[in-house]
Amino acid sequence: MTKDDLIAKLKIIVAPYVQDEAAFKTLSEDTDFVSDLKINSANLVDIILDIEDEFDIRLENEDMEQMLDVKSAMAIVTAKLNG
Amino acid sequence: MTKRVVITGLGVVAPNGVGIEAFTRALKDGTSGISYHQELKDLKFSCQIGGIPPVSDELKSKYFTDLQLRGFNSSGILYGCISGIDAWKDAGFILNRDSKLDYDTGLIFGTGTSGVEKFREAIYKLDDGNVRRLGSTVVLQTMASGVSAYLSGILGLGNQVTTNSSACSTGTEALLLGYDRIQNGKAKRMLVGSCSDHGPYVWGGFDAMRVMTYKHNMEPEKGSRPMSATASGFVPGSGAGALVLESLESALERGAKIYAEVLGGEVNSGGQRNGGTLTAPNAEAVKRCISKAVENAKISNVEVDVINGHLTATTKDALEIQNWSDALNRSGEDFPYINSTKSLVGHCLAAAGAIECVASIIQLKEQFIAPSINCEDLHPDIEKWLHRDKILQTAQQYDFNIIAKASFGFGDVNACILFKRFIA
Repeated sequence: MTKDDLIAKLKIIVAPYVQDEAAFKTLSEDTDFVSDLKINSANLVDIILDIEDEFDIRLENEDMEQMLDVKSAMAIVTAKLNG
Repeated sequence: MTKRVVITGLGVVAPNGVGIEAFTRALKDGTSGISYHQELKDLKFSCQIGGIPPVSDELKSKYFTDLQLRGFNSSGILYGCISGIDAWKDAGFILNRDSKLDYDTGLIFGTGTSGVEKFREAIYKLDDGNVRRLGSTVVLQTMASGVSAYLSGILGLGNQVTTNSSACSTGTEALLLGYDRIQNGKAKRMLVGSCSDHGPYVWGGFDAMRVMTYKHNMEPEKGSRPMSATASGFVPGSGAGALVLESLESALERGAKIYAEVLGGEVNSGGQRNGGTLTAPNAEAVKRCISKAVENAKISNVEVDVINGHLTATTKDALEIQNWSDALNRSGEDFPYINSTKSLVGHCLAAAGAIECVASIIQLKEQFIAPSINCEDLHPDIEKWLHRDKILQTAQQYDFNIIAKASFGFGDVNACILFKRFIA
């Protein structure tokens, strides 16, 4: 999967939780889930579950702690898919 | 000097009408909201009929964001929020998610239990070793105060925000708790009400107790028969009712529409003594509750024009009528008019008190008495205490000033409240 494909997939997953549409439109690798997209931090666990379902992977508590922005999410998902 | 308290907003989600306009029409027309539910039959319930408010997905999306509805499975919170938002708007406030925090308004919204279907979902996942996959909203949807949490956030309320629970007297108690707070100057406004989930997981325990009727599965609208000789148990219902209580001075200052004045009331318990048990009322305490309510309202017994009873359609209806008769010292043709909203919506359990308080206020404001259907065959014991003309089978216009509402609940708890027509 290319980087662009992965970002596109993540974008669909986080869309329902986004509270800042402007930041969402310009979503990039550097976008932070909470400070940029204004996602309620409680919803981060829901995003994790949606990522697990989409990619058929399992994310551990340690993975969750790091998944605070698009870049780290991409890195973790890629590692799991290649693992 | 205590504050006078009036009602400036109403909202309701009832089996026979969602919204004040539809509910008012149903009360006037005597429309039943009880229907047959195949799901109950499939689950081998004795009672296969119940009252579920008609709430479409389209209506839901007018009150909740797509995000709020994601994984949402708590009908009580759904009904509570719709009724609460409606009451708030009806009181003349606008809904604005960025509104300034309102420290003058609080919220007391009761329930018996919350989000049982969500809880069931969670239990299945959890027992399957999947606690990590419950998602973020199980706690919010299943905590008793879930409805208050959702609603206060939508409206931005900053005074006391809480949830009360006293079985089937919950809604009437919520109203009295809010009334006390305004009367004592601790809040200008209190949004009060109660809600109850629908469905087999709330109703099953009652079916097991054999307190719900099993004799009317083929004629659901005839099933809820308070005060009837052929009453054979209650019909379960669900929904929510909400009222905006406000100090008279605040209401006048805002130029708000005033539905009625809350004159006062009383809550007490029979302590499961003198015949009272976990499930049966101590008649002495019931009478005391009514008498104290009248006393607190600073009126006399003869001023009570209409009673909206608790009257569930069990064998206790006759005892309730006797209690009213003894407490008010009125009988026969001197007995006030009396009706049971449950004849139309079933027993909405924790939501019953609030829905029925809303029904009482509507009758007072619009000056009519709603029919108490399905008791054309009045129970003979009831006729010992009142003349049958005091119970109407069709709605009647009536010029009156005071309506009494009482609710009683498991645990031997009682609540009674008096509302007066407000003439500016």
